[in-house]
Amino acid sequence: MIQYILRRLLQVIPVFLGTTLLVYFMVFALPGDPIRALFGDRPPSEAVIAALRRQYNLDQPFWVQYGLFLKNLFTFNLGVDFTGQPIAATLGRIFPVTAMLAVEALAIQAVFGVAFGLIAGLRKGKLFDSTVLVASLVVIAVPTFVLGFVLQLVVGVQLGWAKPTVGANADWGTLILPATVLGLVSFAYVLRLTRASVIENMNADYVRTATAKGLSRPRVVLAHILRNSMIPVVTYLGANLGGLMGGAIVTEGIFNVPGVGQKLYQAVIRSEGPTVVAIVSVLVLVFVAANLLVDLLYAWLDPRIRYEK
Amino acid sequence: MRFSRTSKALGVLAVAALALTGCGSASSGNSAPTAAGDPNKIITAYSNEPQHPLIPSNTNEVYGGRVVDLLFEGLTSYDANGKSVNALAESIDTSDGQNYTIKVKKGAKFTNGEAVTAKSFVDAWNFAALSTNAQASSSFFESIEGYDAVSATKKETGADGKSTTTPAPTAQTMSGLVLKDDSTISVKLAQPEADWPQRLGYSAFMPLPADALKDPKAFGENPIGNGPYKMAAKGAWQHDSQIALVKNADYQGPRMAKNGGVTFKFYTDPAPAYTDIQANNLDVTDVLPTNALKTYTADFPDHNLNKAYAGNATLNIPNYLPEFQGDAGKLRRQAISMAINRDEITKVVFNGTRIPAKDFTSPSIDGYNANVAGSDVLKFDAAQAKDLWAKAEAISPWPAGKTLQLAYNTDGGNKEWIDAVANNLKNNLGIKAEGQPFAKFAEILNLRKAKTLPGFTRAGWQADYPSLFNFLGPLLKTGASANYEGYSNPEFDKLLTEGLASKSTGDANKKFTQAQEILFKDLPNLPLWYQARQAVWSQNVTNVDSGWNGVLLYYNITAK
Repeated sequence: MIQYILRRLLQVIPVFLGTTLLVYFMVFALPGDPIRALFGDRPPSEAVIAALRRQYNLDQPFWVQYGLFLKNLFTFNLGVDFTGQPIAATLGRIFPVTAMLAVEALAIQAVFGVAFGLIAGLRKGKLFDSTVLVASLVVIAVPTFVLGFVLQLVVGVQLGWAKPTVGANADWGTLILPATVLGLVSFAYVLRLTRASVIENMNADYVRTATAKGLSRPRVVLAHILRNSMIPVVTYLGANLGGLMGGAIVTEGIFNVPGVGQKLYQAVIRSEGPTVVAIVSVLVLVFVAANLLVDLLYAWLDPRIRYEK
Repeated sequence: MRFSRTSKALGVLAVAALALTGCGSASSGNSAPTAAGDPNKIITAYSNEPQHPLIPSNTNEVYGGRVVDLLFEGLTSYDANGKSVNALAESIDTSDGQNYTIKVKKGAKFTNGEAVTAKSFVDAWNFAALSTNAQASSSFFESIEGYDAVSATKKETGADGKSTTTPAPTAQTMSGLVLKDDSTISVKLAQPEADWPQRLGYSAFMPLPADALKDPKAFGENPIGNGPYKMAAKGAWQHDSQIALVKNADYQGPRMAKNGGVTFKFYTDPAPAYTDIQANNLDVTDVLPTNALKTYTADFPDHNLNKAYAGNATLNIPNYLPEFQGDAGKLRRQAISMAINRDEITKVVFNGTRIPAKDFTSPSIDGYNANVAGSDVLKFDAAQAKDLWAKAEAISPWPAGKTLQLAYNTDGGNKEWIDAVANNLKNNLGIKAEGQPFAKFAEILNLRKAKTLPGFTRAGWQADYPSLFNFLGPLLKTGASANYEGYSNPEFDKLLTEGLASKSTGDANKKFTQAQEILFKDLPNLPLWYQARQAVWSQNVTNVDSGWNGVLLYYNITAK
């Protein structure tokens, strides 16, 4: 087990180097001069441009720039972005916000998705089941930004139940609206996955055995049907967590959430290579961690799954 | 049995849902309505993360600029009409437009208690101009003698044959800037520029406390100024979220705050801000989402602003085009100008967010005159346009089959109005006209400089400081830096020079108006429309207006 985890962690190194190199190169290859873009119609003197270029190592060739970036990374010095802000502080600010949003969205889709999916599966073909199926289809079909704008307008402006945007005061309460929007689409998928899985497992031999043994209905449903139905759902949720941490550019934009998506978008627009690469580096680590967590959960959910040495 | 279990489960879900939404509404409880006209209300306003630390001389973009403008007070400031008025300057005297003696008022203080003296200005200006400090607005000091020494560069050719430019100042301070005593500054310019004092209200010319020069980076995070507002606390700049300013009670000057403070909330997109105003969750925004430009007057009746600021759009005519030279050329210029229906285009294409031009400058500038003699040529009159064109044809005919090309850059949303202008010319003059697209404005500029552009080009000008001259001199004076079309008229040049040498702004403006009369005869370019600022505000505030440069006058906004 420990060997397995270690090997998985070792795999992170080439993945990490590869992605940062790729992203760094892509930002480097972006057209336009990031220093000149800092100035509007009135260009500064050549001397100022030269001084800034030197300050951010932009006068160096690509390999030197990338090397300096790696060197700084391993000495835990992420440097400053073009606005003079330490990048480490930026990361420390945006990731908690997005993490909160992601966890809240994940909680919404997991709790509601599994609950509704379980009930629908158990009551297959009944009114509840068909209603939920149709409703989830509608949710999947509607694009996120439509859901976002409608919820924002109805709940935020017309009913006034919640503030329409998040801004500076991001906490569990203010993030509920964007988290709902973000969670809704995946909620529909989780629901359908759970339902399909539950229906399949309901007719499994071990469920019949458990019922025949005289186990109580709740125990059969929770310990046998639900637990065994969770494997595809957990895979999906785990992959989703990585995606959610990457920041939802559209949803964060609609609700003005100062998170990863917004910052990444802005950094790309401003050709801020170091910021983009720093954010992506953290995202790579998050994805790897989320995948590892999912793989470890399999063994807990289904003891028949064993890890090769 | 099973039924009751599921209904129990549903019940649990319902409770969970209530708890979740409950926690949402609890934190969003609308703040209690403030008393009518509460003078201590904190105004919340749309903004975005400033691109640089908040040092006035390093702030050259709008979102940092609006904060710095409120935190600092310079020698002069601009009133709502774009008039430059003395703020910290007791007097600014010159006898020749080249040598200035500036007296600084006594008694003003930075919010840390330090006195604002002549030294606060001189040190700040020298800091800003020195190239190794890499200040974004350093070029604003280029008129002062000795600027070339502090901004000198040297070119090096590396081993790889690539040449790199490095800053290599030969002096640390400008020789033309001299501190006479605690309240006197003497300034020598490289050449006479009578409108130089009108620039002193710009943020690059603000004074700085001594701490700022010791550690500019730390200062830029928590700036200490002398303006109508101060930072609410240390760390009031919450990056990517907001900047909170509160009224500076010690401030004495022309821009007294009429509210308790201004909190700039950051939005990377204007749409959520618009929604927030609708929900009274934000007080004022000066950037509207594109799709709201059609609806904002209906969405916010009596709560919206659409006001011209110091920027304009023109159609420029290169003077090397043979068809537009001589008497026939003059007639053709007039004909084309009168064939363009500015009212209709601003209304239909721009939804009224541009204002039809009546002169070569801008209505937000002191000395603006909407009725300069000859400005009738900007009024749409299809019949007369046709008439004038026919007269030109009688002198020298338009080359058979020639299409008049109108160059524009496609990255700025220009296609629609260029097409509308081309249609105007086709329908009203019966000539072939079409847009000539370029990806970037810089491409057009290169052709204009090389004098190889085959037709007209769109152009725009944003004033650096509120002066009629700034719209005329740099663009149309013989050999001026931005006079790409090569217009030259000695009579016009003479009036500009006389204007600059005038004793009072009023006299100068008279000369500049006379200069415009010449432009209306020559039509070196065709003024189309003025840029305008659109803003909307919530039910909670009133008295929202914009200044000469389109920036809202935040200090005048009051609670309702």
